[in-house]
Amino acid sequence: MTDLHAFREETRAWLEENCPQSMRTPFTAEDEQCWGGRNFKFKSDDQRLWLERMAEKGWTAPDWPQEYGGGGLSNAECKVLREELARIKARPALSSFGVWMIGPAILKFGSEELKRQHLPPIVRGEIRWCQGYSEPGAGSDLAGLQTKAVDEGDHFIVNGQKIWTSYADKADWMFCLVRTNPEAKKQLGITLVLFDMATPGVSTRPIKLISGNSPFCESFLDNVRVEKNQVVGEINAGWTIAKYLLTHEREMIGGMGKTAAGQKTLPQVAVDAIGLDNGKLADGYLRSEVTRWELDARAFELTSERVLDEAKAGQGVGAASAMLKYYGTEVNKRRQELLVALRGSDALVWEGEAWKEGALPRTWLRSKGNSIEGGTSEIQLNVIARNILGLQ
Amino acid sequence: MAALVLNEEQQMLKDAAKGFLSESAPISQLRQLRDNRDEAGFSRELWQSMVEMGFVGTLMLEEFGGSAFGNVGMGQVFEQAGRNLSVAPLLSTAVIGVCALQLAGSTEQKQALLPAIAEGKLLTALAVDETPRHNPARVTTTAAPQGAGFVLNGHKSFVIDGHVADKLIVSARTAGDKNDRAGISLFLVDRQAAGVSVERTFMVDSRNAAIVRFDNVQVDASALLGEQGQGFEVLDKVLDVANAQLAAELLGIASQAFEVTVKYLQERKQFGVVLGSFQGLQHRCAHLFSELELVKSVVLKALAALDEGAEEASQLVSLAKAKSSEVAELATNEAVQMHGGMGMTDEFDVGLFMKRARAAQLLFGDYRYHADRFASLRGY
Repeated sequence: MTDLHAFREETRAWLEENCPQSMRTPFTAEDEQCWGGRNFKFKSDDQRLWLERMAEKGWTAPDWPQEYGGGGLSNAECKVLREELARIKARPALSSFGVWMIGPAILKFGSEELKRQHLPPIVRGEIRWCQGYSEPGAGSDLAGLQTKAVDEGDHFIVNGQKIWTSYADKADWMFCLVRTNPEAKKQLGITLVLFDMATPGVSTRPIKLISGNSPFCESFLDNVRVEKNQVVGEINAGWTIAKYLLTHEREMIGGMGKTAAGQKTLPQVAVDAIGLDNGKLADGYLRSEVTRWELDARAFELTSERVLDEAKAGQGVGAASAMLKYYGTEVNKRRQELLVALRGSDALVWEGEAWKEGALPRTWLRSKGNSIEGGTSEIQLNVIARNILGLQ
Repeated sequence: MAALVLNEEQQMLKDAAKGFLSESAPISQLRQLRDNRDEAGFSRELWQSMVEMGFVGTLMLEEFGGSAFGNVGMGQVFEQAGRNLSVAPLLSTAVIGVCALQLAGSTEQKQALLPAIAEGKLLTALAVDETPRHNPARVTTTAAPQGAGFVLNGHKSFVIDGHVADKLIVSARTAGDKNDRAGISLFLVDRQAAGVSVERTFMVDSRNAAIVRFDNVQVDASALLGEQGQGFEVLDKVLDVANAQLAAELLGIASQAFEVTVKYLQERKQFGVVLGSFQGLQHRCAHLFSELELVKSVVLKALAALDEGAEEASQLVSLAKAKSSEVAELATNEAVQMHGGMGMTDEFDVGLFMKRARAAQLLFGDYRYHADRFASLRGY
């Protein structure tokens, strides 16, 4: 306990000294996040400095072992670090599918060689990853994927098409599900492979969304050569890893239901937009709606905290990730709808001066995808009903 | 802040409460009390057993005979009481009476009353509301100074266990206007004092509440509980503790109604298949499951915040009471609907869960009251 206290003191002092002031302010737009990678253009020197300093300590992946570049912190120390970062309202030094998704999978299932090759660059934000899961004919029914990998001895030749690959146009490497045994039952012939996006035969095209932006892409794989040492886990046994990764993805998407550090809370937006009357929001109906949302959002945050605490205490929580994904995305979508309602016609300005106020209509429209990506809300409800409640 | 998991002692208390209440205070006991129109409305024998189990002293300091196990511990008892629809004066005496005395009581009051509560010999009841919807600041009952004491006039409703309590804890106005928080004082009044009349009512949940009238009731200065005119602050804290425990009870009610319903869906066949195979019902159950997970978190957090004396404890209590009320309403409504015609029968228990849920929701503020309080505490 005293050790933890000392750790908190040290962490606080280090953050005070090393977190630039400009990294302690809220994001004003989505593109201010730091994603790293070979082609990343830093928005400011502070952003670069903040990433370098955090990566140096391994604190972009604080719970990973130090031998792979991580911070080597215990669960309790990680919690202290999170709290201290939140205390100074620090922006995340790195947003990374590498840290959130493929890194943990490589740690758990990958060979020693894969760990040494891939984990340290992820920690340092040098390589940006994208996820090749869905296909035009395999969305919610992911196990029906068709991208074919033919065994050529020391390597595979991969042909097929991936869709909804977030930021594939900006990514350096892809973690990709391919079918290595077309004869086997559909979950059994799948393998998780890694390849560089610069490999000949890989091409990518952005998909413009209703938000006007293109975080998603479709990727075409045309005779792409993938070395066998880039297989994560066993050949034909990729489905287990895929599900493990999906769990992380669900938690990540579900986490969007939480108010991010430095973000204005919904009541703050409401007070700014419509004002107070005798200490209460001037619009009684909106006050009720904001309150109903805040009660659910706070309850959801506490539930994420409890699920984490239970996991640390070794209490199995079953398919908690499906519940967190389902509820978190619904909370986030409701938040976006309320933001539009609170800001009225200002929220609908697509271009122009008011647009700068957080690019609201685009964020609102983007949020509609939250309950579709990573398994729709309906799929999550199926998972809860069948796997947890035993209804079938 | 402690982790949101039970420690070993709390888990043991939960297990003990689970075994004891399902054995000694099951739903069949509630039916029996109801059908016999029992005079006390609860089993005195059960109350003595609860004393021996340590439930009554859970919030009480050791020097008065309690175990000071705290709100998280007591919450486990209330959750299990919710699951079994167990009837006992735990809320009115072991929670409200104990808290009010420990917070505001003089040394004499504490020494005279707390050990008696710990031994199961003294019951208390809180007489706070005067209107059908909870509003603790709206006090028109007056306490006018007279000699060295006061004279009380007015009436109170929805006084849980009011007809059996030995001591009534009464909020009365010694200054200020109808809705002012300042000027409210608390008094300890003997139920059998001259001028106190108690009308017992049977509520929809088959439990008792009372309407209490005060007609020129004379009390000594020693009946004052806490500082004169400062009663609201005490009341606010006591109600936080009571509402956190009610939230725990509502969690138990909602969880049990839900689990019984899921089991029913797994067994009951229509159109040649079990009801649970229909996606329309599966999705409603899965949503309800998610809501219940949220209630578990907020209830535990509120209980822990009270034990830790956290600054935001009141906010968290209102969050817990609001959310548990909302979800208990959904869970019991769905339970009746998904049981179909059987859910409408008195023979099936689900209707009893719905009735108790509504009473526990409304007592000391429902979803709407606590959502409003939450928003005000959050500054909007």
